[in-house]
Order: sequence, then C-alpha cells, then structure tokens
Amino acid sequence: MADSSGEMNSRRRFLVLATSVAGTIAGVAVATPFVLSMMPSERAKAAGAPVEVDISKLEPGMLLMVEWRGKVVWVLKRTQEMLENLKKIENQLADPSSEKKQQPAYAQNATRSIKPEILVVEGVCTHLGCSPVFRKDIAPADLGADWLGGFFCPCHGSKFDLAGRVYKSVPAPTNLIVPPHTYLSENQLLIGSESKESV
Amino acid sequence: MRLIKLLLFFIGLAPILVFAAADIKLDKAPIDTSDNASLQRGAQSFVNYCLTCHGASYMRYNRHQDIELTNQEISERLIHTGQKVGDLMLTAMKKKEAEEWFGVVPPDLSIIARSRGADWLYTYLRAFYKDDSTASGWNNLIFDRVAMPHVLYQLQGQQVLDVKSADDGKGGSEIKKLKLSVPGALSKQEYDKFAADLVNYMVYLGEPHANFRKKLGAIVMAFLLAMLGLTYLLKREYWRDVH
Amino acid sequence: MSKQENSMMEWIDKRFPMTATWRAHLSEYYAPKNFNFWYYFGSLAMLVLVNQLITGIFLTMSYKPDASLAFASVEYIMRDVNFGWLIRYMHSTGASMFFVVVYLHMFRGMMYGSYRKPRELLWLIGMAIFFVLMSLAFTGYILPWGQMSYWGAQVIVSMFGAIPFIGETLSNWILGDFMLSDAALNRFFAYHVVTLPLLIIVLVFVHIIALHEVGSNNPDGIEIKANKDPKTGIPVDGIPFHPYYSVKDIFGVVAFLIVFCGIIFFVPEMGGYFLEYNNFIPANTLQTPDHIAPVWYFTPYYSMLRAVTVNFLWIDAKLWGVILMAAAVIIFCFLPWLDRSPVKSIRYKGPIFKFALTLFVISFLVLGWLGTKAPTPLYTLLAQIFTVIYFAFFILMPWYSKIDKTKPEPKRVTK
Repeated sequence: MADSSGEMNSRRRFLVLATSVAGTIAGVAVATPFVLSMMPSERAKAAGAPVEVDISKLEPGMLLMVEWRGKVVWVLKRTQEMLENLKKIENQLADPSSEKKQQPAYAQNATRSIKPEILVVEGVCTHLGCSPVFRKDIAPADLGADWLGGFFCPCHGSKFDLAGRVYKSVPAPTNLIVPPHTYLSENQLLIGSESKESV
Repeated sequence: MRLIKLLLFFIGLAPILVFAAADIKLDKAPIDTSDNASLQRGAQSFVNYCLTCHGASYMRYNRHQDIELTNQEISERLIHTGQKVGDLMLTAMKKKEAEEWFGVVPPDLSIIARSRGADWLYTYLRAFYKDDSTASGWNNLIFDRVAMPHVLYQLQGQQVLDVKSADDGKGGSEIKKLKLSVPGALSKQEYDKFAADLVNYMVYLGEPHANFRKKLGAIVMAFLLAMLGLTYLLKREYWRDVH
Repeated sequence: MSKQENSMMEWIDKRFPMTATWRAHLSEYYAPKNFNFWYYFGSLAMLVLVNQLITGIFLTMSYKPDASLAFASVEYIMRDVNFGWLIRYMHSTGASMFFVVVYLHMFRGMMYGSYRKPRELLWLIGMAIFFVLMSLAFTGYILPWGQMSYWGAQVIVSMFGAIPFIGETLSNWILGDFMLSDAALNRFFAYHVVTLPLLIIVLVFVHIIALHEVGSNNPDGIEIKANKDPKTGIPVDGIPFHPYYSVKDIFGVVAFLIVFCGIIFFVPEMGGYFLEYNNFIPANTLQTPDHIAPVWYFTPYYSMLRAVTVNFLWIDAKLWGVILMAAAVIIFCFLPWLDRSPVKSIRYKGPIFKFALTLFVISFLVLGWLGTKAPTPLYTLLAQIFTVIYFAFFILMPWYSKIDKTKPEPKRVTK
C-alpha cells in the first residue's frame, strides 16, 4: 500500500483513535491518585473523628461548646419556656420548618433536634463563617422588643432563634447546620457520627 | 579482548570474597504477608510484648482493617492504653525512663523490617542467650551486647552460648551455637512459629499498603501491555511510509 | 480542520506564533530516518523530568523541611496521605530512572559522536543539565533525613572542607551552621524545590532549541542537511518529527513505563539500590551506620574519591580525591575537542576506539559497583586501576582517535 503515504487511511484513523482513547484513560487513571491525595489524610480523619460528650451535668438554659473538626459545636439544653417560644416567632423566620437540607433527617422537626430539649448545632454563621453569640436575654435594647432569645452574629448582624433557624431579612441565607450526632446512652452524646458502633 | 576477560574474571570473583567475610548466617524468615490469620496473631503479640517499650508511631490502629480486623475488634484486642482507633500506636514508655533503664531509647518499630530485613528480625528474636557479663543479663548472637533484655524468655526458655573451637589447623576458628538450658512455655517449633508471625506482622507494619500496591500494579501492567501492542501497531502503520 | 478552528488558529497566530512553532519543532522538523533504540532516551528523559516535577509538587504539599519533622513527614506521606506511597515511589524511582536514562542518553552521544561539530554547544548544555541533575539528586536525597541522607550529605559537604584556605569557611557557609543540621536541610529543600528545578527547565528548553538549530545526529554520524532535495529543500534522509517520531516515542514511552511501573509496584526499593535500607532509620547525628554508600548513580565518582590514598606533590590525598571526582564529571565537557577522528560514529571508527569505549564502560560499571562496597585493600587497588582507565579514555583520545583505522562514511544514512 505505497499509495497510503502520508494519508489518513481508515486503519491509521482507527489506530490513532484507539491510542487516543487509551491515552485518555491512562491520563485520567494517573490523575486520580493525585487528586485523591489532596483529600483529608488519615491524620486529618483521626483528628476529625467523632467526639463523645457527657451532657449529664448540663443545666436547662446552659450552652456547652464542643470542638469537632476545628469548628465549634453548640450543645444547648433548652428550657420549657424556650421551646414554647420557638413557635411564637415562626412568622419572622426564613425557613421555619427546616425544608433546606441543613440538618440530617432525624433533626428535621419543630425543635431541630433528636431530643426536644437538646439542641446540637454548629456555631458557624451560614453567612460568612463567623461564630454567633448566644443571647438568651429576652427583649434586650440592641436586639429589639420582640427578641425571645437566640444567636446573634456580631460580624454582619445575622440572627438565629434557639433552634438555629435564621430570621428573615438578615445576610445569612440558611439555618445553622445540625451536624450528624447520636446518643450512645441517656447522657452520652456522640457528635460527628450517626452510627453507634465504637469509633 | 583477553584483558576484558581477565577483568570480568575479577568482577566475578569479588562477590565470593565479600561473602567469605560475613560471619553468622541469618535464618530465612518463613513469612507470607497475605496470610491474615498469621498477621493477626503477630499483631496481638506485637501489642502484648513489643509495644510496652517500642512505639510503632507512624502506624494508626484503624489501619489494621487491612488485615481484616474491624474497628470493634481493634479496640478490644489491640488497644490496651485507652487510645482511639484513629490514633497512632505510641508506646506507653517515656523516653527519659527508657534511657535510664536501658541506656538507650528503644527504637521505633514502624519500619524496622525495612531497615533490618525480615531474616535479621527472625534470627534476632531467636538468638538471645544468657550472659551475666551484660547489664540486662542477656546477649544476642547477631547483636552483640544488645541493650534489650529477652522479653520473650518465658515463651522460648533460656538459651546459653556453646562455643566450640573448631581446630582446623589453620589458627582455629570458633563455631558459636545456642543450646536451650531451661525450656520455656513453648516448644521450639511453637516458638519459631510465634517469631515468624511476629516478623510477618512487622513486615506488614513496615509497608501496610504493600499488598494493595501489588494488586494495583498487576492492573497497571495489564493495561500497559495492551497499550504497548496498540502503540506498536500505530508506530508500524505510520512507518510504512518511511523507505 | 473545520472553519471555526481555522479562524481560531488565525486569531492566535496573529498574536502568538502557534502554527509556526508547531511546524518548526514538530511537523516540519526533519529528523534523520535511521534513529535506532538509543534515540529513545532523550524523550524519555523529558518524561521522567515531568514525572519528577509533578510528583515533587505533590510531595511538597505534605513534606516538612524540619530536622525534627522531616523523617516522620515522609512516613506520613507513605501511610496517611491517600496514595502518598504511590506518589513517593514515583518520585524516588523517577530519581534513579532519570540517571539510567541520562547515562544511556550520554552513552548514545559518545557512540555516535553527537558531541562533534556542529553540536559542541548542544553537548555542553547537556552537561550543564547533568550537573544540575546531580545537584537535584544530592539535595533531594537529604530531604527524608534518614541515616543515609544525613551521612551521605556529611561526606559530600566535608569534601568542600578539603579546599585549601577557604575550605572550612566555605562548608560553614554552605551549611549555615558548624555541622549538618536543620539550617542545611531547610536551604537544601529550597534548592531542591525552587532553584534547581527552575534551572533544569530552562536548560532543557535551551537544549532543545540548540538541537533544533543544528539538527539531530544519527547512528551514521553524517549530516542529513548536506543532502537536500533540490526542489523542496528538505533533507532526503529526513522525516518530519511529527507524526513519525512522535508515534515512535509514544511506543518507547509505553515500553519504558512498563519497566518504571514494574519497579514502582513490585520492587520499589530495587534491592536497596533505589531506596537504601539504612535510610529507613532516622538520622542520628551521633552514630554513623556500619557501611555508608551513596545511591548507585553516584558510586562511580565515589569510588574515585576513595581511590586516592597517597599525598602527591604538595596536595594531600583527600583533596586529590575531590579533584579527581570533580574532574571525572567535568572531563566530559572536553569530548568535542578531544576526539580527532575524521568520522563521528562508532560504525565507521576503528578497533581502537571500540576497544577504548568498551573499556571505559567497563571501568564506569566496575567503579560503580566498587562504590557500593566497603573498601578493602583489593577493592582500593581495583578502584585505582579503573580510575586510571577511566581517565585514560579521555586523555589519550586525541592520540588514539587520530591513529585509529577508520572506514569511509556513506553518503546516505543506512538502516
């Protein structure tokens, strides 16, 4: 086939195509370990392992701060009055029934929690990552007469209620995130995992 | 050409001269890092006997999922220090205390099998003998005056050194042999198996990904061989133009 | 090409000589059609360089250039970083394979006279790349901060101490301390990841520009540009690099990768030659390992360093060793002017050159092997003999290349 000189005959076209496909597969295969190497390492995973918290000494109305994966997680034991107040302000909230996926399914309820009185949320403002301040005082001068307690972000003024739900017309777009958590026993809270298996 | 042949002869001779100098032959360690049961036994012995003084401080407990242990089993069987499964296998012994007791800090064992080799470890663990002239009362045939006492003597028993001077008329060389003077809890075969499991585990410990590496390698090689054929055809097809 | 692609290329070409560059260096760069096996190693060296650069960047993400953390950070990469072991083995195997490929590439040049006129500068740029490569290997080998890293570096840096008058000040300046320590590790890290890679990239670029200016040599050692088609002006024995040599090199790359991956996945330590056993022990400043040897690619020169045992003239043995070792590398630079043969390629050179080159290769290999061994009187004697042979190859070349019986070169390249 001397006449095929320099031409793209069909055999040549096929071989170029096949080599290109194989080369692309190889390229993707080689890139994969490099991309994966930038995911959290085993050390990071170990440091970010679930945290066990003993809540037996948590008094009603008290806030406990726990560090998990370098973030602050709030554990708040709400009083009966606080729980009742949650219903009163629903018309002021952006997402009162927690429709946006900011919580696991088991916390998508009126109190955004597994046990009604115990709230577990990440203390990280959904606007730009500041940590809001816990303000349980009712109707303070700076937050207005209808403030029934909640979290206030000092950076840009976002407001959240005592279930971590965001108010309307504030910079933060969504409710505070509820991290995966579970109860290992009555007073033993595990933050960071939903499975009870020993970790 | 004759000169080259002469040179090649010398090159060939050299290794013989080298090996003639090596004194004690190491025993071949019967290891198989795909044998998970052996590795699990080795891991158990390692945490029971070695980890008291030596760390394996680059290794995480939960890595033992490689050898088919669950996190549950790891925390029940391997962790005696109240650590978490994601933690590193650190030793409980403090460096300063170790230095006071042994004169040296016991080396970390994470990659000991990569520097010493399996055969050395296997021989070492079986070559302790009683020697009252040392600080610990123990000595080792392949590590003279080692600071480490024979931690496993209850299992192996006590060995003593038996030196026979083999007088061959040329200055007399010594043949060193070990004899069991007080038997231990295990028979010789059982102790050898115990040591083999432990060494097998330390080889795994040195490179926990090794089995996965070989498996991945087989896939990569198969792909490359196919690609070699393809690129050869491509090259040949184009080169038909070149006369 | 479709219409859109055409106008796109036009747009670019008006602003950047894309098509012109493509033509000048690939589709209309004419290479001799008789390249053989030995001509794969240039493109393979490039492949290994890219491998080193990419894996190096990823290693840098997790490595800590700190004497108290370095060793542990390497084990961290090996165990805790996802696929860190693969990236590290690619880098460590790549380092050794770089030398395999470059040594073969240099040997090719010596066989076919690729250093001869008009390629003297090309050869010198290549030698500069080789020096930078050796520096990269040396600085890189220190980073894991194992026993061999530490004591190997100690030996090399001590060599600078042999230089009269300024030696001690110089080695303190290099180390930034009075001994090998954290300060040195930190600065060698800077050289290894910034200075030297930049330098080698620039030099490789210049090497290729120089090559494409003079054109490639070939196994017959004749100039294909001397015989051009009168109509087209294209060398009659030349073929466009793309597609002919690009498809050939792709085949070579895959064949090379089979060897490369074979080592990475099945024998990453390569029997203690690519990763030395003693380097799995953290650096201990108080205890030298029983036997220290540099990595295999430095052992020929290391043998020569050790071979000198007597003071000579007013210079002591230690300094002679250092001078000899440096000379053994630098002497390659003089090859273009040492070779007085009327022909370039070994194919047409006479029996003396063939014998000399064979002896040279043997002496290089024997010196390399001796460098891995602990010295004994016999080994030192052997090292001395082969050091003499090594240098005789170069020093006697002006004489033997002239008197050698050569065959006439052909007019056209042969198969």
